[in-house]
Amino acid sequence: MRFKRYGAGIAKGMALTLKHLWRRPITVEYPEERLIPSKRFRGYELVWYPERCTACATCAKACPQGNIEIVTSRGEGDMYKVEKFEVDTGRCMFDGLCVESCPFNALAMGQSYERSSYCRGQVVLSKEELTISEERQPSGYARPEIEALQPEQTLLIYRTGGVR
Amino acid sequence: MMELKTEPVVINMGPQHPSTHGVFRMRVTFDGEVIVDMEPVFGYLHRGIEKLAEERTYTQVIPLTDRLDYVASMTNNHAYVLAVERLAGITVPERAEYLRVIMDEMMRISSHLLAVGFLLNDMGAFFTPLMYMFREREKLLDLFEMVCGQRLTYNYMRIGGLSHDIPPEFLPALNRFVQEMPHFIDEYDQLLAENEILLARTKGVGVLSRELAINASASGPVLRASGVSWDIRKADPYSVYDRFKFQVPIGTAGDIYDRYWVRIQEMRHSVRILEQAIKGLPSGEVMAKVPPLLRPPQGEAYAHIESPRGELGFYVVSDNSIAPYRLHIRAPTFINLTTLRDLVIGWKLADAVAVFGSIDIVLGEVDR
Repeated sequence: MRFKRYGAGIAKGMALTLKHLWRRPITVEYPEERLIPSKRFRGYELVWYPERCTACATCAKACPQGNIEIVTSRGEGDMYKVEKFEVDTGRCMFDGLCVESCPFNALAMGQSYERSSYCRGQVVLSKEELTISEERQPSGYARPEIEALQPEQTLLIYRTGGVR
Repeated sequence: MMELKTEPVVINMGPQHPSTHGVFRMRVTFDGEVIVDMEPVFGYLHRGIEKLAEERTYTQVIPLTDRLDYVASMTNNHAYVLAVERLAGITVPERAEYLRVIMDEMMRISSHLLAVGFLLNDMGAFFTPLMYMFREREKLLDLFEMVCGQRLTYNYMRIGGLSHDIPPEFLPALNRFVQEMPHFIDEYDQLLAENEILLARTKGVGVLSRELAINASASGPVLRASGVSWDIRKADPYSVYDRFKFQVPIGTAGDIYDRYWVRIQEMRHSVRILEQAIKGLPSGEVMAKVPPLLRPPQGEAYAHIESPRGELGFYVVSDNSIAPYRLHIRAPTFINLTTLRDLVIGWKLADAVAVFGSIDIVLGEVDR
């Protein structure tokens, strides 16, 4: 291929990259600075409310992978007692179908996104680990009442100053 | 003088090669530096999604479709739910249809940004244009996360509508994006469209002729770069695409540059569709009345949509049970990939990488 003035196009591109020197950086230094995820964030873990759960196993039926294992025993009156409520998050797709299907709002998606572990056994979460606590807070996915309380998501589109 | 005896050399490229965009393997036969034969080997990412779908309910298949074309999951969701809705005869509320179009076009922009960025990256514009494009893509991923909680595997569309309505802060953010994006596309043009090195490497290289493109039933930007005006949004309008005014950019030469150019232009038109969709967005429900355990009547249905990579089709057969009897996926990149051998023969290895990048495949979809 032949060009009239070789290098003009390259110089034009270089001028643009030079302009970027004066733009505000859009990246953050992650472990020190954290962005707030979405209000509906489908985080790494599930949050379970033991007092609301009736062990109907709708969530277990809704799961495409069959990850949720529920074992019950006869409790007082008509109620069932949940003996075992286990979620294998190693196979979990975090599609949220279990949370959407729960008729008693006893299950919610979590907010955290940092949960690596050294062995596969640790990613199978038991009843005690899933129960709502200080460090295990639900996100607003499919739960509008929780969504209203969540902090605003940091949006990159407002962080950059637009085109200049 | 004695004749020099030469032999063709077979070089194995991939499956772990940075420019094969996943786990794709090419067995390339060289005569000197020139490619004389190429054999694509794929299947390294095969998960049997078509078979897995047969033992899941219709709703449970939606998260599986996210894993097909994982850089454009929303369009996969759309094609699948469209097929099931046709099968079960469900009418979707108008607001949901508009939101689906908005999501599809956002997805198209984000996917083309990735495709163009990696094409340039493969050709040696090392990471600068890619990172500029990632910046804009990140804004879109933020918006997707706001709507459905995930950045990559959305699982947003449901049979009969959408899983959620959009939050109130979505439309202002999208409006801002729609206003900004044309300037950023101009920037990409300024950065590389006249770059002499890029032009020398792409003009006239890897030409896909009109006849071959049609005979190989290629689709999407690959087909349109060869000068065929075929876009399912125009040819067989689905959803509410017949209400929007937009053009389908068409290339002339069918070389790498035209495929790059068609993608850039398509982004401009996607922005235009987004503008119109935001203006026309009606209020109301986003979900039709659908029984929780859907049992479509016996029969079959095929729905195809224009995904960022071409014609994405889902063929669903029902036997009146809760799970599909058979699900077949017409993956656009799998079929576009069949033209690769004809495109690279006669070129050098570095050109093969560029041709391969311009076809823009996603292995999750090729291997399924």
